[in-house]
Amino acid sequence: MVTANATAPMDNLSAPATTASRAPYVPAPRQFAPGNTRTIIDIENLDFYYGEKQALFDINLKLEEKRVTAFIGPSGCGKSTLLRCFNRMNDLIDGTATKRGSIKINDVDISRRDVDPIELRKRIGMVFQKSNPFPKSIYENITYGLRIQGVKSKSRLDEVVEKSLRGAALWEEVKDRLYESGLGLSGGQQQRLCIARAIAVEPEIILMDEPCSALDPIATAKVEELIHELKTRYTIIIVTHSMQQAARCSDKTAFFYIGRLIEYADTRTIFMNPSNPQTEAYVSGRFG
Amino acid sequence: MSSAVHNPYAAKITAVRNWEKFFFSIFRGATYFILLCGAVVFGHIVIKGSKTVFRLTPPFINVPFLTQAPETLNVFERDGKKVEMGDKEFRAFRQSEEAKAKAAGQPAPVFKPETYAYSAGGIFPCIVGTVLLVLGSMTIALLLGVAAAIYLTEYAVQGPTVRAIRLAILNLAGVPSIVFGLFGYGMFVMFFGWDTSLMAGWFTLAFMVLPVIITASEEALKTVPKGFREGSLALGATKWQTIRKSVLPYALPGILTSSILGIARVAGETAPIMFTAAFASSDKLPWDVFRSGGSFTQGLHDFFFQGVMALPYHIYVVSSKIPQNEYTERVQYGTAFVFMLIVAVIATASIVLRNKLRSRYKW
Repeated sequence: MVTANATAPMDNLSAPATTASRAPYVPAPRQFAPGNTRTIIDIENLDFYYGEKQALFDINLKLEEKRVTAFIGPSGCGKSTLLRCFNRMNDLIDGTATKRGSIKINDVDISRRDVDPIELRKRIGMVFQKSNPFPKSIYENITYGLRIQGVKSKSRLDEVVEKSLRGAALWEEVKDRLYESGLGLSGGQQQRLCIARAIAVEPEIILMDEPCSALDPIATAKVEELIHELKTRYTIIIVTHSMQQAARCSDKTAFFYIGRLIEYADTRTIFMNPSNPQTEAYVSGRFG
Repeated sequence: MSSAVHNPYAAKITAVRNWEKFFFSIFRGATYFILLCGAVVFGHIVIKGSKTVFRLTPPFINVPFLTQAPETLNVFERDGKKVEMGDKEFRAFRQSEEAKAKAAGQPAPVFKPETYAYSAGGIFPCIVGTVLLVLGSMTIALLLGVAAAIYLTEYAVQGPTVRAIRLAILNLAGVPSIVFGLFGYGMFVMFFGWDTSLMAGWFTLAFMVLPVIITASEEALKTVPKGFREGSLALGATKWQTIRKSVLPYALPGILTSSILGIARVAGETAPIMFTAAFASSDKLPWDVFRSGGSFTQGLHDFFFQGVMALPYHIYVVSSKIPQNEYTERVQYGTAFVFMLIVAVIATASIVLRNKLRSRYKW
């Protein structure tokens, strides 16, 4: 009885939206890269504040290159805040500050004075919770990042548009309407357009802040498939409220609770055999 | 028997319902009263003004009224009939009459006309002056106002300083226009030595509408979704690139909406320009400075630093002259009518422009 209770939520976790034939109790099989992977983001003793209010407490985390890392945890646990530290989007909010610790990306402390957030953001793409294509054509949406970097060559832009849209599995759906507004697309297509827009500037890392929270299950499945493909080329960090999603598409999972990192391990371990009782309670659906 | 069925939803006359009706009729009455007042004011000006502006015979429009400069009206009696003549016409007439009398060996005829200043001729210089004042001051106000609004909403650190600045701007909106006129006189006319000029009038009017433009532009900028800014910044755009490509185009329709109100105000204010830009009468049109034989740059300088006639000030001038009678009334109402038309035309043009922008940058 006890075992059955504990594993019951796992049933849901292991039933991905795409294939129903997978065996129960086992999250979608992941292809881990052989051998050790390189640490791309190294967070040490990070304390982060919104004004007087401390949002992150002593975070220590090493994220691996070309893996999908999921940040899970209840609302307000700081996972989005941490994500926004990586491309310094928090700089845009007045009064935010890192008071202790550091984030190193490729061994460079990104809070250093000589790190330009604009250069940083060119290398670290971001996809937002609410899909936010610009109210311009699909073509202009994709080329936005390149144009602001001064790329003018039409042939180069054309090439990037096709490549990015193919990369985001959207090409076949929109190739005949590249010059129509990006807002004419469905919600899921818009989110994939935003992903295409992010990969058009060839970032190293893609941050995804609850990319599927506004999407229906079919659109979610497509985005998840896409994440699976993208990780061969990019490091992906995804914040999600959906534990099923974390289980389906991530290699590693970090569980946050009230501003603290509670547990960080292989996704399989987090869901099947968490070492922390809080993690266990959260992933089995007892709170959050 | 349907009447046998008890209807629990039947209307009940209660105090609540009566109050509802009472207040509803008050709101409705207030709206209709305002509408009536507006109709009376507009109707009065349109009916009286159209007598001056329109004609019953082709070309149906009083062309001289729209294309000539104001003249003094001479009214005199001749052969028992009242004759009206503009100043130029009257002088030519008198000369020819005197010449005729001389040729016939008679004493020169004496005309004793009643004269009414600016009641003959047209209001063309005033139209030109008002259009120039509106265009110039709105350009200055939009450039300054939008720049300030961008700084306040997008760049400045929100805090007590910015709040104080906002409060100051709002207070500026409550300053009476005559105070702006005196400020413009002291600052631009006297201190900067610009004299009574277009430049002085432009800046004075621009400062007067700045609060409206800044406040409305800030609102327009704030309605642009945060996602546009974040999406752009996350792609490595600078703040300015973000504002120029992903914020400002979408805020423009809103900014234009507010500036339409600004246009009506700039065009209509008399107090700020009477000390700074407006002449009661001027025998030259603004572009005559380019024909004076000087170099182009000299002409350009003279263009910006010349006073102009303006419709609201002209209305003030012709309406404050004594005596008032049927002869002076025509130009008063005619000017007011044309003035309203011009404001309507400029406002319509901005509305069309705004709607175009809106359909182009809709989200």
